[in-house]
Amino acid sequence: MTSIVKSIIASFQAFPIDPFLLAVLAILIPGVIIFLIMAVNALIAVYFERKVSAFMQDRLGPMEVGLFGFKGGKKFWGGIGQTFADAIKLLSKEDIIPQDADKFLMIMAPFIIFTGAFLTFVGLPMSDSLVISNFNIGIFYIIAMSSVGVIGIILAGWSSNNKWSLYGAMRAAAQMISYEIPIALSLILVVLVSGHLDIHGIVQWQADNRWFILHSPFASLGFVIYFISVVAETNRTPFDIPEAESELVAGWMTEYSGFRWALFFLSEYANMLIVAFVASIVFLGGWLSPFQLIDLPFIDIFPESWLVLDGTVFGIFWLFIKAVILIFCMMWFRWTFPRLRVDQLMYVCWKIFIPFALANVILVSIWELIF
Amino acid sequence: MDTTLDKSIVNIDEMVLNMGPQHPSTHGVLRLKIHTDGEVVSKIEPIIGYLHRCFEKHCENLSYEQIVPFTDRCDYLASMHMDHAYSIAVEKLLDIELPERVEYIRVIIAELQRIASHLVAIGTFGLDVGAITPFTWTIRDRERVLDLFEALCGARLLYNYIWPGGVSHDLSPKFIQRTQEFLEYFETQIFEYNELLTGNKIFIERTADVGVMPADVAVNFGVTGPSLRGSGVNYDLRKTQPYSIYDKFDFNVPVGEGTMGTVGDSWDRYWVRMVEMEESIKIIRQAMASLPDGDVHAAMQKKIRPAKGDVYSRYESARGDVGIYIQSNGKNVPLRLKMRSPAFCNLSVLGEIGEGWMISDVITILGSLDIVLGEIDR
Repeated sequence: MTSIVKSIIASFQAFPIDPFLLAVLAILIPGVIIFLIMAVNALIAVYFERKVSAFMQDRLGPMEVGLFGFKGGKKFWGGIGQTFADAIKLLSKEDIIPQDADKFLMIMAPFIIFTGAFLTFVGLPMSDSLVISNFNIGIFYIIAMSSVGVIGIILAGWSSNNKWSLYGAMRAAAQMISYEIPIALSLILVVLVSGHLDIHGIVQWQADNRWFILHSPFASLGFVIYFISVVAETNRTPFDIPEAESELVAGWMTEYSGFRWALFFLSEYANMLIVAFVASIVFLGGWLSPFQLIDLPFIDIFPESWLVLDGTVFGIFWLFIKAVILIFCMMWFRWTFPRLRVDQLMYVCWKIFIPFALANVILVSIWELIF
Repeated sequence: MDTTLDKSIVNIDEMVLNMGPQHPSTHGVLRLKIHTDGEVVSKIEPIIGYLHRCFEKHCENLSYEQIVPFTDRCDYLASMHMDHAYSIAVEKLLDIELPERVEYIRVIIAELQRIASHLVAIGTFGLDVGAITPFTWTIRDRERVLDLFEALCGARLLYNYIWPGGVSHDLSPKFIQRTQEFLEYFETQIFEYNELLTGNKIFIERTADVGVMPADVAVNFGVTGPSLRGSGVNYDLRKTQPYSIYDKFDFNVPVGEGTMGTVGDSWDRYWVRMVEMEESIKIIRQAMASLPDGDVHAAMQKKIRPAKGDVYSRYESARGDVGIYIQSNGKNVPLRLKMRSPAFCNLSVLGEIGEGWMISDVITILGSLDIVLGEIDR
């Protein structure tokens, strides 16, 4: 299985190049790619979220800002440049660090959160041959890396020297650590059934059999538990208690401004993309075409890939479509539901999700034994 | 909560949290000093006065007509109610008869204002428990009421519409038609709010059984209005001491029944407001059906110069029992004007019912009491 790092090394080895420089290039190029993915994702996702929320709230959303002086008709291009304008605004804002804050930790915190999201992309494939680096423990790596962010959140809350930030950080720590358990237990199901920790193996299993969500009723339940838990993991409504703006002002982000705050924002939307990707890959067949699910009548006449629309390029398309649908669901939750209280949140996690997820692991194993 | 920690080893101290005056959900410039043990609140001290504008002292230096714009600014979400309450007090002091049409117009306007005010209360309550969409929906519909008022008197928030002895402008047939259209539209919207918020499982979890205010506590603290009725006390001045012409209309007074939890919880207070809007629609329909012709100004002297004496009048505003006490010494300015603010009394109960709950619940309870700081500080 090829990966971007491997192909970079392979293509540059033809030239007489210093091995050290080669290593730097092999790190730098994927890094830039990941950063671009994160930045573009944030730009599009923020615009998408604004338009979705505007649609749900009977508003128009951003309508005025165009791109490069091009405004176009308001019907389609309305406000497409708004997030660019916001990004420029955030970058040019004054960077405020409170006098009594722990300056070193406060500066560090956004980078730690950003790093967590950044590193997760390394193991996350976009298509069957498009992955930065191919791990044989892909799922495990993704679970591990997505828990790095919580350290940054605690640091941000603590170092701000603000009571609201501290409350937000403590809530975030409790919430994110708790919800990692049902997430891991739901992802274990697919590992159990397919026998692969490696993401390509998981998708290959789904190609050979069927999408994992259709494997058994328990696998479908696992998807539901996973999806609700990742909404909590990414701190979005109805589980946005760490940054509950009506209670904690802005939670652990209260004292941040400018670029540091933009990094939080970037990581938040990157995390949304990551969890949507993982859900699509693990439960919804990843880059497999949904047309494989149906028996097409003309399949014998044409080459299979014509009708099924499979392959590397369409793989990216399908993966993104699935991820965007899941992201839309997360936005739908956000603009529909009120927020849970902190103890109710813990109740949902420890008394509902974890027992069900544990039972799920056993039931899926039994299902595998029987069928 | 049982904390069996050895206090000689672990240093346990309560944290004092300063909520406000600049906080997203203190509904204005209220400051709450919250003593917390972890997330649990052990004591709440409301600190008010950040919006104090010397309303009562101003009134001692202004003629009776000039006071009306100042009453507008007390409860800025229900300005018509404040105008109406003050006008009733002055008319009682002057002892004048009003044309029938004036009373009908005032009732229509007051009930429209009640709908607008309750819409803000419901929307911000949704915001307090974390639902953002209901707020934009309620504000959208309140906008239509404000549009009606704008067509009526040109102002959208501070109307100066109801004066002692009448109203500033007559209702036009167009206004009546637009109001009817609004009511038809609004009835369907109430159904949508119920779909979106009232029956939402998370919303019920957050509000039912939270901040239970028993009837005796509510009465002892002088809580009035929808907050009192949420505790199951059937007390509405429009029914018990009908002022204006409220005795001519057929409407119900909704009281909290503990549908989702205990009687007097936050959900009940919210629900009472929801049902009151439906009752207001009923009243407006009846008033518009029997709107008489006539003048909108009472025959009275040009300068209001009441005889010596004092008067206390009560009014059921969107927040509760507004009391206006005016003492006159025969001049064209009142000797003393005292206003009983319902939101002030409603806020006083927060310390009693908010203790022992979590910070999130304090926000919920505060939101369910529906305070307006303009009226508390005056």
